[in-house]
Amino acid sequence: MSQRITVIDYGMGNLRSVAKAVEHVASAQDEVLVTDDPELILNSDRVVFPGQGAARDCMAAISDHHLNRAVLEAANSKPFLGICMGQQVLLEKSEENGGTELLGLFAGQVRHFPGGVAPDGEALKIPHMGWNKVNRQSDHPLWQGIDQDSRFYFVHSYYVDPEQQDLIAATTDYGVSFASAIARKNLFAVQFHPEKSADDGLRLLKNFVNWTH
Amino acid sequence: MLAKRIIPCLDVDAGRVVKGVKFVDIRDAGDPVEVARRYNEEGADEITFLDITASSDNRETIVHVVEQVASEVFIPLTVGGGIRTEDDIRRMLNAGADKVAINTAAVFNPEFVKQATDRFGSQCIVVAIDAKKVSAEGEPLKWEIFTHGGRKPTGLDAIEWAQRMSGYGAGEILLTSMDRDGTKIGFDNELTRAIVEAVPIPVIASGGVGELQHLVDGVKKGGADAVLAASIFHFAEYSIGEAKQFMDQQGVEVRQ
Repeated sequence: MSQRITVIDYGMGNLRSVAKAVEHVASAQDEVLVTDDPELILNSDRVVFPGQGAARDCMAAISDHHLNRAVLEAANSKPFLGICMGQQVLLEKSEENGGTELLGLFAGQVRHFPGGVAPDGEALKIPHMGWNKVNRQSDHPLWQGIDQDSRFYFVHSYYVDPEQQDLIAATTDYGVSFASAIARKNLFAVQFHPEKSADDGLRLLKNFVNWTH
Repeated sequence: MLAKRIIPCLDVDAGRVVKGVKFVDIRDAGDPVEVARRYNEEGADEITFLDITASSDNRETIVHVVEQVASEVFIPLTVGGGIRTEDDIRRMLNAGADKVAINTAAVFNPEFVKQATDRFGSQCIVVAIDAKKVSAEGEPLKWEIFTHGGRKPTGLDAIEWAQRMSGYGAGEILLTSMDRDGTKIGFDNELTRAIVEAVPIPVIASGGVGELQHLVDGVKKGGADAVLAASIFHFAEYSIGEAKQFMDQQGVEVRQ
């Protein structure tokens, strides 16, 4: 059956690579749409919410595109995949830009990495950039076919710290153990970039496209 | 913890891979899309394209190459060569590149790097540094930035330059030793170490890889976060999988 998958475009980051990766895994009948139209977003079957850049700029862009309500409504009602900033802005507040109010769907903060040096002597450079291990904390359908501790591609300086521990679908170590994926009902949100994480990333996107919540 | 990255580099001239690429089951070894696909299958962590097209008429071709590769290869892609304006950067990012490498344009106009990182974010701006050792035997080590393939000295000290570029927001340094480039005798690990210790951002070592031990040395002796190589992969002397296996055996954390 064909479906419409919407990639929310609010001018933050390269959405084309997300859309290309989703198109790559979707079936030929599926429609992959990149849009900032709240109505189209709410009329679609699935929603991908990517994002790159600073927290304040992202929040300003969401607001400028009149997307606050549509994002929250989609996040509460249909299969929804947040990526990178699309995960972070779901929390309440970020330490970035001297403190930024976020969408507040989940209680908790977005924190800056401590940096410093790892126990093995490696410098913990910021941003956290490259391939790191993702340690599954649940048997969520989106992990199907993906090995425990598979590596995904990350680029970020802040990480989510949700109050509710049962939201955490995966953790990753980088000086701190942080929530690299969170999940609740119809929503899944990841800090890493599945669209840049080779086969495992595509697998996760395919699982999302087929996810019957 | 983060894996050390292995980055194959493709020199592209007018839309074709040059310097030869030899894979047994590839139909057209000059097609960058096919070569990129192969490197992806072998487990490359990123791919870098270096556009060496001399004529400006043919510059548009690299954009099409990136577009094609980005629609079927889902790992980070970097494009360097001829990135001189914010428009050049935007075109590459829109085509599907994740990062651009700025080299000569940074030397002639350092502020360009600042403008670029402000506008596009540090994560997509790599500063490429071509350095040559200028200290004599017995003197304290010193490296200078060169342009035009290592022919023109700039008077810029490599360590100071790397610090300045990092201060301007560069997300990463792609460090090529012009003494070692093409020699196959290994990276200049002293150079890598000097830059790694001078800047807080990731450093990619480049120039001189001839065998797998060199990749290990780049990480262990040089302290590099990533290692870039061209010819050892192009001529199928080693696959990326073999390189990773070797690095793993030598105690380097890699993605497998």
